[in-house]
Amino acid sequence: MTGGVAPRAPQSILTKKKMMMTPQSEADLCDAVWQAEGPLAIRGGGTRLTGQAGEPLSVAGLSGITLYDPGALTMVAQAGTPLAEIETALASENQRLAFEPMDHRALLGTAGAPSIGGIFAANVSGPRRVQVGAARDFLLGVRYVDGMGQAIKNGGRVMKNVTGYDLVKLMAGSWGTLGVLSEVSFKVLPRPETEATLRFAVGGVEAAVRLLSAALGAPYEVSGAGYDPAQGAALLRIEGFADSVAYRAGKLSTLLGAAGAVDLVDDPAKSALLWAAVRDVAPFRDALGDVWRISCKPSQAPELAARLEAEALLFDWGGGLIWALVPEGSDLRARAGTYDGHATLMRAAPETRVQLGMFQPQPAPLAAIEAGLRAKFDPRGIFNPGLMG
Amino acid sequence: MQMPLPDAGVLARKDRLVARLSQVLPPVALIDDPAETRAYECDALTAYRCAPMLAVLPSSTQEVSDVLRICHEEGVPVVPRGSGTSLAGGALPTADSVILGVARMNAVLETDYDNRFIRVQTGRTNLSVTGAVEEESFFYAPDPSSQLACAIAGNIAMNSGGAHCLKYGVTTNNLMGVTLVQMDGTVVELGGAHLDAGGLDLLGVICGSEGQLGVVTEATLRILRKPEGARPVLMGFDESEVAGACVSDIIKAGVLPVAIEFMDRPCIRATEAFAHAGYPDCEALLIIEVEGSDPEIAHQLTLIKEIAARHHPVELREAADEDEAGRIWLGRKSAFGAMGQINDYMCLDGTIPVSSLPMVLRRIGEMSKEFGLDVGNVFHAGDGNMHPLILFDANKPGDLEICEAFGAEILKLCVEVGGCLTGEHGVGVEKRDLMLFQYDLVDLEAQLTVKDVFDPAWLLNPAKVFPLEVTETRRARPKAAA
Repeated sequence: MTGGVAPRAPQSILTKKKMMMTPQSEADLCDAVWQAEGPLAIRGGGTRLTGQAGEPLSVAGLSGITLYDPGALTMVAQAGTPLAEIETALASENQRLAFEPMDHRALLGTAGAPSIGGIFAANVSGPRRVQVGAARDFLLGVRYVDGMGQAIKNGGRVMKNVTGYDLVKLMAGSWGTLGVLSEVSFKVLPRPETEATLRFAVGGVEAAVRLLSAALGAPYEVSGAGYDPAQGAALLRIEGFADSVAYRAGKLSTLLGAAGAVDLVDDPAKSALLWAAVRDVAPFRDALGDVWRISCKPSQAPELAARLEAEALLFDWGGGLIWALVPEGSDLRARAGTYDGHATLMRAAPETRVQLGMFQPQPAPLAAIEAGLRAKFDPRGIFNPGLMG
Repeated sequence: MQMPLPDAGVLARKDRLVARLSQVLPPVALIDDPAETRAYECDALTAYRCAPMLAVLPSSTQEVSDVLRICHEEGVPVVPRGSGTSLAGGALPTADSVILGVARMNAVLETDYDNRFIRVQTGRTNLSVTGAVEEESFFYAPDPSSQLACAIAGNIAMNSGGAHCLKYGVTTNNLMGVTLVQMDGTVVELGGAHLDAGGLDLLGVICGSEGQLGVVTEATLRILRKPEGARPVLMGFDESEVAGACVSDIIKAGVLPVAIEFMDRPCIRATEAFAHAGYPDCEALLIIEVEGSDPEIAHQLTLIKEIAARHHPVELREAADEDEAGRIWLGRKSAFGAMGQINDYMCLDGTIPVSSLPMVLRRIGEMSKEFGLDVGNVFHAGDGNMHPLILFDANKPGDLEICEAFGAEILKLCVEVGGCLTGEHGVGVEKRDLMLFQYDLVDLEAQLTVKDVFDPAWLLNPAKVFPLEVTETRRARPKAAA
């Protein structure tokens, strides 16, 4: 690797002179937004520093679980509630956040603690996304404060709700650029009895993606499908009741055994560690260079990956998610060319981020719609300006 | 229920509009004879009817774009229509509108099993999407009960659900991409064969926008491999509270059935008289279906039966084979038809938190006496989506109005207990005037601004979803040709 730099947190340099605003209630949050005289850098737990300039506005003061109804598989929490608090409450009822949000701290070299609002604002999902859906698929309702300091609600706390437009989805993944989340309600799922991982020795991305596709197209409910080229290992996760996990692991071994030597990790703790490493992109943690996250059609992954000139790669979602470690300051999007998907710059020096932008630019007609929506939701352009477009 | 008065200026421009549309559509796709436009006077909410000025049936995205551009230039409202199965009046025309039906656009464009998606034109029916991939043992998960007839276009417009969404989600969770034509004719692509479209989640806001933001002509849908097998179990209880508690216990125990259906006594009795499914005569009946291999099914059913036994069911019947499984589902699938045999009915669609089920059922029973109309309840119990069926006589003057007032009270109750007006049917015209019970004006205003961005002239399906008085100034905005 040449010219690499260690991961860092440029936000602290840009904003350390400013005082953090930390409203303690939604009403305070409304006031803070209404009284803002310039750009605001919206913060949840501070684990995904975006290099955003502006007066820091944190929702950490809005914290606490408002309602938890295990029999209805739903929870309502204030946006600043730490993920750890939510996971503890869910664990007490043997439930969990099924979309498996990744923890960005080690990869990005950030401190802080993930908050539930930040997770939904950035639509953060992990390996199980390929089976159960993304964070946005679990978000049932939001309360947020718009650019005029008005508190607005959309959706609710029931699983099926088509009453009016779905602004819940619009807020999920909008990175605080349309409004500041104050409360979220979301669907949770039972924690399965156990899990196991099948590890196949596979040589090459193409063979790996073929194997993962075959597994995901089989009736055995694979809940994780990744490939680490450095280890030459394709991973399949199976979860559920113990007998069922053993049955499906057996079926998958038989179905796919010809593709490579199989090794079954049936200790649930060991299996969980393997998937935490995929989820948090552990192989890149101590490596130098920029980190990109690419969403693509799985079958396009092999040829796309070959074009990236990456120092290292990690595949998730059956090949539909590529993590790429590349030399610092290089334009991966230019090398990737045209494909069905998009690339997000997750870790880079501030100048690279400014130059390339965190998010892939949208085609003109979509950019026009997005600009129109921003002008309505945030007419003064004060929420994380420039971050998404 | 009020609809806006037709715009005399628009009606006066009919001949010019027909002339312009005939330049971009073949004669078969342009219907202006009043005898034929009457076929589009209503959808499945048949209580309200109004023939449109014209109906067009384009066969390509280009034709849809041409039609919308011309209607935009002429300032003519457009009401998109899938198969016309909306129970909420989503495709109800006004006399000055053009019905844009996508029924002729029903092709499969691409099937990709490696990447697990299918791309179709949106006039294709829901069931025929599964039909296109069934040979390879795949299926499209959302399964609204009208799935034989309803179109993917309408499913996307209403974010349709079905009986199996406890496990597989609703339309929005299975929609990967769309081709959307905006009112001015602009064609945009959202998402695709990859997961999580880039930029803002416009796909998420299009899904469920009831044809007010654009016309979706093509859709990329997630397909799934069929499970090895599925089997239902039926159980009857003396009290609906107990049935509700049983559902809650099953969910808390970590079993996630694909479907949990609930029927109350009036519905069970009507269904028995009609379909003879052999259901027990009890206060509450649950049908719970699980999936997997035979041993997996057996394991889940054992757990479910253990939990059910603690609630002392009056009946507990497991399907031993396909035939018995079919009989267990027969009654549930005949429920709407059975109620229809008794009288006309109005089907509501509010969702409530599952824990409120017993209280809500009790209140509905009390209200039934107050309003003097019978009601039966069919219910997706796993997700709280209720379907009270209120019986009334359409030929008896005043009965429809009483029924609507009763329905409105039930929906307000759903909102009061923390639920919503509609779980899977959509607002349309049916629940339009109740929106302020669920949302404050400021909440609705945020939604209206989204339409302002996609359709600044407010020409697409403008009289739906929001109370007319809330949208009045927007609908009165000057149009291009006016």
